[in-house]
Formats: sequence, structure tokens, C-alpha cells
Amino acid sequence: MSPRTLYDKIWDEHLVTTRADGTSLLYIDRHLVHEVTSPQAFEGLREAGRPLRRPNAILSVADHNVPTIDREKGIADETCRLQVEALEANVASYGVPYLPLLDERQGIVHVVGPEQGFTLPGTTIVCGDSHTSTHGAFGALAFGIGTSEVEHVMATQTLPQRKSKNLRVRFEGALPAGLGAKDLALALIGRIGTAGGTGHVMEFTGDAVRALSMEGRMTLCNMSIEAGARSGLIAPDETTFAYLKGRPLAPKEALWDTALAHWRTLASDAQASFDTDVVLDVSALAPQVTWGTSPQWVTDVAGRVPDPDQATSAEDRQAMLRALEYMDLKPGTPIEDIALQAVFIGSCTNGRIEDLREAAAVARGRRVAAGIRALVVPGSGLVKRQAEAEGLDRIFTEAGFEWRQPGCSMCLGMNDDRLAEGVRCASTSNRNFEGRQGRGSRTHLVSPGMAAAAAVAGHFTDVRRLMGA
Amino acid sequence: MDPFTVLTGTAAPLLRANIDTDLIIPKQFLKTLVRSGLGRNLFHEIRYDSDGRERPDFVLNQAPYRKASILLAGPNFGCGSSREHAPWALKDFGIRAILAPSFADIFFNNCFSNGLLPVTLPGEAIESLAACEGPLTIDLPAQQVRGGGQTFTFEIEAARKAVLLEGLDEIKRTEANLADITAYEARRRQEAPWLDIQKV
Repeated sequence: MSPRTLYDKIWDEHLVTTRADGTSLLYIDRHLVHEVTSPQAFEGLREAGRPLRRPNAILSVADHNVPTIDREKGIADETCRLQVEALEANVASYGVPYLPLLDERQGIVHVVGPEQGFTLPGTTIVCGDSHTSTHGAFGALAFGIGTSEVEHVMATQTLPQRKSKNLRVRFEGALPAGLGAKDLALALIGRIGTAGGTGHVMEFTGDAVRALSMEGRMTLCNMSIEAGARSGLIAPDETTFAYLKGRPLAPKEALWDTALAHWRTLASDAQASFDTDVVLDVSALAPQVTWGTSPQWVTDVAGRVPDPDQATSAEDRQAMLRALEYMDLKPGTPIEDIALQAVFIGSCTNGRIEDLREAAAVARGRRVAAGIRALVVPGSGLVKRQAEAEGLDRIFTEAGFEWRQPGCSMCLGMNDDRLAEGVRCASTSNRNFEGRQGRGSRTHLVSPGMAAAAAVAGHFTDVRRLMGA
Repeated sequence: MDPFTVLTGTAAPLLRANIDTDLIIPKQFLKTLVRSGLGRNLFHEIRYDSDGRERPDFVLNQAPYRKASILLAGPNFGCGSSREHAPWALKDFGIRAILAPSFADIFFNNCFSNGLLPVTLPGEAIESLAACEGPLTIDLPAQQVRGGGQTFTFEIEAARKAVLLEGLDEIKRTEANLADITAYEARRRQEAPWLDIQKV
């Protein structure tokens, strides 16, 4: 057999059949379901009188709409409550495993899946959510789908697919202290653009990737959708296996050994060819901060807001002018002079324990600057429990951060955690689109350490200055 | 699903790059339990001011474009989230075809699930179509866009074309492969027994 990439291998293993029209039917091992993109899929099944093929291949949880404060009292917002209740009724009637809102395992679907060992190397994983790419950190082919496709998977456990191209990203050199996966992801998107990965599955390689923890790898793969890629992938290794061992849904005993033997084969062959190669030297990378309304509009913390007159095309210039107007920024402004009114630490990008540790290390013994509202939202109940066991919650609250209950929260503001018009926020989330965190709100994407540093300084500052390094 | 064959209609120009799904349909409208009724909220944040009044400078608030059935857009249209609410909102408004130099992957797939035709054409072609007077015709069988005396040919994968032309139900199509799926599952249980989940 000719040399294959990791993506090729997972694809081949899941190919049910190739149809006469040239499309491939791909088997789906795992399906994550949440309240926002599933009601119409369940309704479709019900209307057609179709059974749900494999309820146990699904893990469901409410995350987008849930309150992050006083949830024991129920969901006050009626439309949010109805959607969560619809999920609960649907999963009950179809026998789908569900983690209830007050269960400690509840959390953001992309935090919960890995925590429970539902996410495994070499599997295909889908969810009606674009950040499903997160699970690629385990060497799983994971991608976001629409609600019609959610219904398709529920009914058939497959999806008609077209094979993507292979793209390899190699991060060369060691990442400097104080920087993390978020900086890698933003630097990459800054380089190739938000459509740079379109039509591709992106495999991340290089020493800087091998050195990342599973949390960091999830951050990196999570953001691969922001580069337009279908999926992000990292070949599993000892770090992956150590993370998975003993997780509730991970294989046990003899099955673990059998699985492990297979997982060790999940790497791109040395001679495998990629359609596209991107190489980034990260040894001198500085913390990244976005300045515009697309994740590709990013620069170093020591940089300045760029000048649209330097744009390479008239269209780019127009787009930059519009972004700067929306963001209320002037060309040439030093990034460190940008003052903030809000800080959000959380989301499926940066709501895991390591992210909270990174932020807490900066917040420890400091105070949130006057005029800033700062929120810390753990990615799951288990992350919250772990953080509390380590005393991180007290570090945050003593510094003036709000310590919340788990959910998607202010990443997209479907619950009450929204920004008011004109408010500028340093956010560890994944998108800085217009209106993303609330109508007229202004989002700057950063790492958890940079967000905490911005909270205590009141403006952007190089987190490394606060690390005693 | 409604078949798509030949469409003649008004084309609204919205020639920005990277029109994301948050812009197409913002989060507050994702709380619906149904697929219908989202048209009035299409492009909500740029279509209405903060008091809910129409912004006269927005293209879909202008006379000929209120009834647009075609949208002309910039590259990377539909980037961002997987929300199928984006094509639902476009379709509910009356849009059946979007012409852009490129599309984001998930949005592109979602269009075909809803009988919407995403047409990929070079930026210059789209600009020149935006400049022409009168309606455009999108002829899917011939794979042509015609308007203002111009004709542009576009590419579309044969399987995608068939789905739109015949308004095929994808699940029904896949059900024709049920025996293959069952055979795959039996084989998979042997080869990868660790994947079976008994209980959460």
C-alpha cells in the first residue's frame, strides 16, 4: 500500500462504500449532541418515523444556552429553557445518553467528550457545532455538521462525504515560555487566513506540537476551523494515551491493550504526501492579539494596529477600514495602549484546567483593574471541581474575577453572559466576528494568560512581564 | 426538498469578504425549535438599527432587493459556525442561490441540505454581474449564470447537482445502503471492539 497520511488512514477505515455517483459513505463512530442544533433533527426523525440507529454512539449535554450563575434555580430565560427542555424530552424518548444540567459532568460538549473518554484516537466524531475540530487533538477525524446532517447521522450512523485534501502544518522550534497553543493557532491563522485551510484536513506536526499537553492540543485543533479547515489532527502519542487511560468511557483492561496497539499505528507514514505544506518557525513568537473582526487580523502584543493604506488590495483595504471602524481603533495605535472593559476566560477553546491554571498564575495576588468586568467560566463541572480543589477559584475571586458555572457563556452570548454595545473585551474564545459576544461588542482574541494580564493591567500587556520571568 | 432547476430573479449585491454565519443569523435567533420563520432576522445586526428599525443603506432594505432570490457575495461566504439556521434564514427570506468566489465548507454542505445553490464564480464575474441591470438567470442543468448579456459557466459536482435537480432526500438515498452499513458495523465490532459503548 502506498504511504498514507493519518487522515487517509482514518478515512479508509471508515469507508462503508463508494457510491455510483462518486460520493463516499463514511461511518460515524461518535456523535455529540447539544440543545441548539438538534431539535429540528429529532423533529425530522419523528416526522419520518425513523428510529435512531445507535443511541449509545451519542453523548448529549446542554451547553450553549445554560446560565452560568444560580442554575440550581432553573433557567429564567424562557426560550433558553424551552430549548434545554426540548433536548431533555428528545433524549429521553430516543434513549440517548445525557448529562443533565446539574450533573457535575455537564459542560461544553467539546470539553466533556474528551473528559469522559468518549473521544478516542482513530474515530470519526461529529457534532452540530463547528468547533468539533477540537477532538482532532486525539487523532480523531472530527468535524462540525449542520442539523440536517445531525439527523442523517442519527438515522444512518453515516454521512455522505467527499474526501478533503491533506495539509500539513509544521511548527518548528520551541515555543518561548509564556506562550501557548492559542498563540500558535492565532499566528497560523494570521499567516494563512481564515480560508487558508478550506477544503483541507490539517495535520499539526513539529516539536512545539509534541510538547503540548492534551489541553493545548485541543486548543490548537479547536481553532483549525477558524482557518477554514474541515478538521485538525494531531497524531496520538504517549501524552494522548496517558490522558485517556482510566477515563469513564475509555476502553479498559484487555480492550485497552488492543486499542493501544491500534492507536500506535495512527500516524502519517514517513513518505506520505501532503497537498499543501505550511511551515512556521515559532521560536521567536510573541503573544498574539487580534485587532479586527476576523481571527486572521492578528498581531504581536508589541505590535500596532495596522494601516489599511498598507493593504495589498482595494478589497482588503475596504475590509480593514470597516473592521477598524467597528472596533473603534485607529491605525498605528500600539496594541498595549488598547484599554478594555471586559475580560472573558473560558469556552471550548480555553476553558480547560490548564487554561485556568495559566490565568490564575497571572491573577494570583493581583487585582482586576478598575472598570473591568472579568468572568471566568470553567469548561465543565469537572474542570470547575478540579480548579476549586487547587484553590484557583479563590485566586480569581480574591482578584475580583467572577467565578461561574460551566457552559459556552460569553463566547457567543446565547445565555445572559453578553457584552453591551461598544464594550471591548479580551477573550480566550475563538471568534471575534461582529456582534459575536453581543450586538456592537468588540472582541480581541488572546490566550488565557494574556486575558488575565489584560484584566489586571486594564489594557493589553505582554503576559511575560507578569510572570516574574 | 424543493428541486432547483432554473431560477430567474433579482440579485442583491453584498460584496464583502468573510460574511460569517453570526452576521447571517445572530445567536439570539438560534433558540428556535423549528426551521421556519428566520427570514425576517436574516442579517439582523446590519439590517436593523438597535431600535429594530430598518437601516436604509442596507441592500435588502432597498426596493428591488427586498424580493431578491439571489445573493452576490465576497469570498469565504458562510465562514464560522455550523448553524444550519444560516441557510434556513436565507431560504426563508427568499434567497435560493448565492454567488461567491468561495464558500466555507460547512455552510456549503448545509446549502445542499436545503435546496440552496451555492455557485462559485471568480470575483470579477460577480462584480460584473452586480453591475448589470435586470434579473439574473441561474440555469443549473446548463451550469450557467446569465444576465446583462453575459454568460458565465460554473462547475458543480455531479452528485450535488443531482441532489438539487431532483430535490433528493439524502437520508432516503443512504437508506439504500443499509445492508452495507450493517455489514460494516458487524466487521467493525470484530476489528475495533473497544468502540462499543454499553452505558454512560
